[in-house]
Amino acid sequence: MSGTEQNSETTTLSGAEILIRALTDQGVEVIFGYPGGAVLPIYDALFAQNNIRHILVRQEGGAVHAAEGYARSTGKPGVVLVTSGPGATNAVTGLTDAMMDSIPIICLTGQVASHLIGNDAFQEADTIGITRPCTKHNYLVQDTDEMGRIVHEAFYVATHGRPGPVVIDLPKDICVNQGHYEKPDLENLHHKTYRPPMEGKATSIMRAVEMMAGARRPIFYTGGGLINSGPEACARLRELVRLTGYPITSTLMGLGAYPASDDRFLGMLGMHGTYEANNAMHDCDVMICLGARFDDRITGRLDAFSPNSRKIHVDIDPSSINKNISVDLPVIGDVGKVIEQMLAQWKSGGYKPDPSALNDWWTTIQKWRSRDCLAYTQDTDIIKPQYAIQRLYELTKDQDTYITTEVGQHQMWAAQFYKFEEPNRWMTSGGLGTMGYGLPAAVGVQIAHPNSLVVDISGEASFMMNVQELSTAMQYRLPLKIFILNNRWMGMVRQWQQLLHGSRFSETYSEALPDFVKLADSFGATGLVIERSGELDDSIRKMLETDGLVIADVRVAQEENCFPMVPSGAAHNEMILADDQNAERPKVTGDGMALV
Amino acid sequence: MSEKPEIAPKHTIAVLVDNEPGVLARVVGLFSGRGYNIESLTVAEVDASQDRSRINIVTSGSEMIIDQIRAQLERLVPVFNVVDLTEDGPSVERELALVKVVGKGENRIEALRVADIFRARAVDSTLGSFVFEVTGDSGKVNAFIDLMQPLGLTEVSRTGVVAIARGADAM
Ligand SMILES: Cc1ncc(C[n+]2csc(CCOP(=O)(O)OP(=O)(O)O)c2C)c(N)n1
Ligand SMILES: [Mg+2]
Repeated sequence: MSGTEQNSETTTLSGAEILIRALTDQGVEVIFGYPGGAVLPIYDALFAQNNIRHILVRQEGGAVHAAEGYARSTGKPGVVLVTSGPGATNAVTGLTDAMMDSIPIICLTGQVASHLIGNDAFQEADTIGITRPCTKHNYLVQDTDEMGRIVHEAFYVATHGRPGPVVIDLPKDICVNQGHYEKPDLENLHHKTYRPPMEGKATSIMRAVEMMAGARRPIFYTGGGLINSGPEACARLRELVRLTGYPITSTLMGLGAYPASDDRFLGMLGMHGTYEANNAMHDCDVMICLGARFDDRITGRLDAFSPNSRKIHVDIDPSSINKNISVDLPVIGDVGKVIEQMLAQWKSGGYKPDPSALNDWWTTIQKWRSRDCLAYTQDTDIIKPQYAIQRLYELTKDQDTYITTEVGQHQMWAAQFYKFEEPNRWMTSGGLGTMGYGLPAAVGVQIAHPNSLVVDISGEASFMMNVQELSTAMQYRLPLKIFILNNRWMGMVRQWQQLLHGSRFSETYSEALPDFVKLADSFGATGLVIERSGELDDSIRKMLETDGLVIADVRVAQEENCFPMVPSGAAHNEMILADDQNAERPKVTGDGMALV
Repeated sequence: MSEKPEIAPKHTIAVLVDNEPGVLARVVGLFSGRGYNIESLTVAEVDASQDRSRINIVTSGSEMIIDQIRAQLERLVPVFNVVDLTEDGPSVERELALVKVVGKGENRIEALRVADIFRARAVDSTLGSFVFEVTGDSGKVNAFIDLMQPLGLTEVSRTGVVAIARGADAM
């Protein structure tokens, strides 16, 4: 990295002190961490200062998810500090999660002293080797004088281009030794090799806008890249949709980039997407993919994916182009910047799409919409999970609310029924699908937004995966609301077993569940059970009004399945709807089964 | 119904990297992690003053895979530049092999004769053996090795392919 300020004084500090200085210079306010022998010098340096707050988690995996929640809800990188060996290996799931969902994370891992590396020393692990494939980049600091430069470079790499996790491995002696540190000119940092593109090529923008304007059945297919690009990108997206009048759908990761309540929004697409979104994707003639990556949960069967469309793909990462689906027009650049360029081009070119074609397209879409694919019946005392989320939405939508989820049916129902109007309000594990993400992520969100309402929409099985983080939440008096859709099953797996494996429910019943009220009680939190649909609203209100952390054990219909569903190996227009005659027993071929 | 096996053409890809620790592991890990082929790999520092190394990789795959390989390589932080030498115009490829041939009498004389035709040099010799150094494209090296087989070939050490684009332009 270059850009160091000239003539500034340099001082000698310990490596740990340099680390803390550099983090402070980066504007870091919070670190999520867990101590151990190899990082004691760093904990010492933390102890001696007041700029950075340390949040003590209960397991290192929780630290990374908390940092992800912090990052996703603020747009700033999340910072993690763990010890060597088991501390670092516990962080691996979170790092992989952040890698898959492009979340900027700086993970500081302790390491045994330099001279012990390679000796199978106590709590030594080859952290650099283990984390190489699950980080955007990683560094082993080998010289205390290099500490500052590497920290700043790591932040640059984590936050520029397609964001991702970066590990800095810190041998103990490097943290103890004295070295020099100079604050670089952070505005003008640039990297020796890494130069992600920002603006799209002018000729590509021109062609893209022409293709868009000539469309008869267009659709915007948007993803998490918009959230990463930032609120400005989302504002421009709104303008582009308004200007063109085209329908828009979003991936799981992109929810909130465009307001869900707007009429142009067709809901989420993909495996559990809406009938209208998936059909519109299948039948469109021009697809404008903005910051999404055509992953397999979106496309369904590849050779049947949107067969008659020309596709524009805007992505900051060239390796996302033509990876799964070959596209007609790639535009490499930051999606916010590219949309800005598109807007300028559209306006200056005075483009006007064919109104009658667009009208026909909307008529077709309305027909799909009228199928009302998310309909369910709430006709008994037993709470339908969809109803629970719908009521939660109605009772929290006017507040300053952030939602996290775990992984499973409850996650998909949350995506379908909770309407997100703004970006950065929705934290979920998309790419990796990590059960146990939601509770620690909620911790991170609440630390960043102490006065907001933070709800973890959870499943009873996922909740148990990082349940220890309740203790973290209690230590920092975080008033999280944990809304468990308790169906006593690993519901999503049970659903697959029912639909694809002849209802052989192998090991998916949530046996020996704890009494969640007593569990809450033992941590000093409040627990409540919600059993009847008639009491749902009052109990949700009670949950929201109760000070401090609340666990709501919502007993929902146990055998409810999540529809619509594009079964494995099927095309978008072959989705199963809840009210289909054969919804509960679709024909899935052997091929489809292996496709997952 | 039998499908036509897809012919996966070979590509030689040159990667210019910052010579930092672990950079080779990163490149190789990318290939194994994503299921790409490596048929040959060479690495060496090429610019000490700028700490740059060059990695030459021979791989194979469909056009889509080769494009992916290139994009994935470019995504690695310490990578300066990636060039598909096979795609981007004519290039020169060379490989060096050291070939040990053990034998006496007629075979020994024949080995020397073949070496002469291939412009291979004997870089070591004893009364019962030679080590030949042969340079050329991989096809030539393969042909030399094939011919030495019946003449007492016992061991081969090859560098793998190094390659460079023809013409005045530099990578
Ligand atoms: C760490 C991890 N292990 C296993 C899985 C596979 N898996 C996906 S959903 C699911 C069940 C989740 O059950 P629960 O949390 O009760 O949610 P539900 O589907 O019932 O709403 C499982 C086991 C996973 N996603 N993550
Ligand atoms: Mg469950």
